[in-house]
Amino acid sequence: MTLVHMPVPDAGTLARRDEIIAGLGQLVPKRRMVTEERGLKPWESDALTAHAQLPLVVVLPETTEEVSRILAFCHANGVKVVPRGAGTSLSGGALPLADGVLMSMMRFNRVLDIDFPNRAVVAQPGVTNLGITRAVEHRGFYYAPDPSSQLACSIGGNVAENSGGVHSLKYGLTTNNVLGLEMVLMTGEVIRLGGKHLDSEGYDLMALVTGSEGLLAVITEVTVRILKAPESARAVLVAFTSSDNAADAVADIIAAGIIPGGMEMMDHPAINAAEDFLHVGYPRDAEALLIVELDGPPVEVDDLIGRVEAIVKARGAVECRISTSDAERLSFWAGRKAAFPAVGRISPDYLCMDGTIPRKAISQVLKRMRELSAEYGLRVANVFHAGDGNLHPLILYDANKPGELERAEAFGADILRLCVAVGGVLTGEHGVGVEKRDLMGTMFDETDLAHQMRVKCAFDDKQLLNPGKMFPELSRCAELGRLHVHAGALRFPDLPRF
Amino acid sequence: MDTLCPSSEAEVLDILAAAIGDCVPLAPTGLGTKAGIGRPVKHARLDLSGLAGVILYEPEELVVTVRAGTPVDEVVELLAGKGQQLAFEPPVWRTPDGGASRGTIGGLVAANLSGPRRLKAGAVRDHILGVRGVSGRAEAFKAGGRVVKNVTGYDLARGLAGSWGTLAVLTEVTFKVLPKAETELTLAVAGLAPAHAVEALTGAMHLSADVSSAAHLLAAESGAPFAQEPRTVLRLEGFVASVDARAEVVARHLAPFGPVERLEAAASADVWAGIRDLGSVGEAGEALWRISLPPASAAVFADRVAGLEPRRLAFDWSGGLVWLWVDDRLPDLGAAVIRAAIAVCGGGHATLIRGQDASRSRIDVFEPQPAPLAALSARLKAQFDPAGILNPGRMGGER
Ligand SMILES: Cc1cc2nc3c(=O)[nH]c(=O)nc-3n(C[C@H](O)[C@H](O)[C@H](O)COP(=O)(O)OP(=O)(O)OC[C@H]3O[C@@H](n4cnc5c(N)ncnc54)[C@H](O)[C@@H]3O)c2cc1C
Repeated sequence: MTLVHMPVPDAGTLARRDEIIAGLGQLVPKRRMVTEERGLKPWESDALTAHAQLPLVVVLPETTEEVSRILAFCHANGVKVVPRGAGTSLSGGALPLADGVLMSMMRFNRVLDIDFPNRAVVAQPGVTNLGITRAVEHRGFYYAPDPSSQLACSIGGNVAENSGGVHSLKYGLTTNNVLGLEMVLMTGEVIRLGGKHLDSEGYDLMALVTGSEGLLAVITEVTVRILKAPESARAVLVAFTSSDNAADAVADIIAAGIIPGGMEMMDHPAINAAEDFLHVGYPRDAEALLIVELDGPPVEVDDLIGRVEAIVKARGAVECRISTSDAERLSFWAGRKAAFPAVGRISPDYLCMDGTIPRKAISQVLKRMRELSAEYGLRVANVFHAGDGNLHPLILYDANKPGELERAEAFGADILRLCVAVGGVLTGEHGVGVEKRDLMGTMFDETDLAHQMRVKCAFDDKQLLNPGKMFPELSRCAELGRLHVHAGALRFPDLPRF
Repeated sequence: MDTLCPSSEAEVLDILAAAIGDCVPLAPTGLGTKAGIGRPVKHARLDLSGLAGVILYEPEELVVTVRAGTPVDEVVELLAGKGQQLAFEPPVWRTPDGGASRGTIGGLVAANLSGPRRLKAGAVRDHILGVRGVSGRAEAFKAGGRVVKNVTGYDLARGLAGSWGTLAVLTEVTFKVLPKAETELTLAVAGLAPAHAVEALTGAMHLSADVSSAAHLLAAESGAPFAQEPRTVLRLEGFVASVDARAEVVARHLAPFGPVERLEAAASADVWAGIRDLGSVGEAGEALWRISLPPASAAVFADRVAGLEPRRLAFDWSGGLVWLWVDDRLPDLGAAVIRAAIAVCGGGHATLIRGQDASRSRIDVFEPQPAPLAALSARLKAQFDPAGILNPGRMGGER
């Protein structure tokens, strides 16, 4: 049994299941609803497979209008709704609720507008991340944020999670690359934010919705900016005998004013798992491997490669390979990109953590993690976005061994507390979901959390959209809204009142 | 006007608590560089310039944390000492006493107004990592953190950008900073008509040349950096060898548009400082609008507003930002024509940056919003400032 518990389902809703299904049947054709238990099974979890729950029913709307009607219906009937994209969330954001409608957005799968002059693409939320790049690459453009799951994950899910990728170091996260959104509130109201212009107007609601994990609104359209691909890219593969040296090299590269297109690190267990899986030629005895990619015009790339080489050698690199062709560059990346499945091969199950720390704390945190690994008796492999201090410790466990999942979760929680203690955060790109929900208190105090929940109350005061995720406790909006007025102190006797 | 001058977050908290109890609305204020933007409000001033000072600067971590009342100019200088910068290029504005300043950090975030490099590097909001503040509930809270990658909870730190002091009084801000480029260079072409200029700018953004800024100044009678002849300018920044290589690519692209002038580092920096600070250009009797548009539509927009007989017109952000100066005797300062033109261009928004108080009370200084969006914004305001003590009315409507 996992350590994280979901809110108790509402018995009234469960009892009204047939009625709710009939009501939804008036709004979408039956063939776009899943109600039978066998059919519901594939929807029971996202990529955080430690958690599973059959939803009340699955609906697959195709138009904004349908989304609006479904949400309005659920709002009127007090029924919870969980939005779902491709289901690749690693934090359980798309975990169904027994008393909730699971709304799959994957029928929204069209690219609506490719606007090269304005360097923007308008897409429906179910279009995959890679699908956007595919739609524009014939003219040398691409969409910059590139999560490793880009072949599968949806742009709507990316917005909901504010996803990042290897290229985020230089080109930003989803939030820095979204220009406009169409969204539907729980009431069914349709709202558009931004567009093809650069700064959106009024309150920055787009900032709030990006990364809101399906708790604020259902996203029905996304406008992203696309970039012209850099002229060339080369990568350096560097091996170190100590992870401290690797971490120091990372800091030195940034300190030299170089912001690489990507800068990733793998530790000894991860290197070997990748090597076992793909035989890409990673040095097996290295304690740490660094992949640094530089992009831009060839003269710049060549120049920077030289600078990076000098830096890593000064930090005691034992091996430094420089890619001489695109094929070689991609081979450097192959092992890194396949790190998760590679680790999946050496262990029946794994938990992928996602804390971010200041770069200077990398070696300290890796060291403590090794100690914790010994204490918990569980192996851990590290692959991470070193350039921005975003760690991905993979904790290996076997769910079939009693108590191992709980131990893995406790180990993971310790790692995240450590991240916060050194000045970092609980999650860099995977989201809080159900996984890190109960740890929110290590980073935020009650007042901090109350202010976040007030955002929720402005968008969804009945708290019907994806409840049980992100916040450790569900507080009622009416209570949160109460203003504690201190007795009129009359400090401003001379000021005009309202 | 009455002014309150807290010197710590605790004092801000105290003042806001009393303001709720006494039903006194307050206007959070820094150095007053943007006092003329938005609806004129007559609230007592909460002068935050006493909340100044750098709390943490770690150049190797690319992060700086400062108190909200710190002058931006000081932060810019501090970072420059380590070869770093706020990459969104905070503009210089006029101060109420006729001076020039980038204002305070809090004001910078509250207004989210960025300079020319916004095109490539993103806006103020894109560089915010975390904040501390006191909401209109007289409660101190923090949001975000001090690392670049952070999705822990709602992105409230970024969400407060552009809220003009109507949701919370910021007391502390953490920014991501970036290395300054080794060098810069500008390529310029003179004499282009707006449609041609937009073609030149748009085409430049389609090169693998990493253009960091792209602007066009139309001809004008007065007001540097404007001149008798229109001028189209493209900036390249980075390592020396790279800038040279990319300059060749851009020069080839510009050649068909006319003779290409090359401005080396110092001259280039001058040009962009002028464009960055367009908000402080203007004479008595003029009103100034700042318009955000789909970049490729700037020339269409210019054409649509020609009837207003603009005193000056400039395109920045490759056309995505238009500055428009009009005669301030125009009945609505051109608002209706401007907003109709924006609609034709595919959407965007217009903000009145300068105008007389009487006009600013009458005209929508910020873009009017459709009902559901306005209602959502009002609900957010009510959540953060239920008693309406923070700058009520500054953004118009119920904000
Ligand atoms: C092998 C693997 C590698 C990964 N690598 C990365 C990585 O490098 N970087 C990274 O950031 N993430 C990574 N992830 C995590 C995941 O892919 C991202 O979080 C992704 O953005 C989720 O998209 P999705 O379409 O699968 O959304 P889902 O998993 O279906 O949903 C995620 C959340 O978004 C909400 N949601 C989905 N669609 C909508 C919508 N239209 N409107 C409102 N809310 C919505 C859901 O309610 C849920 O809370 C990885 C995952 C896997 C399995």
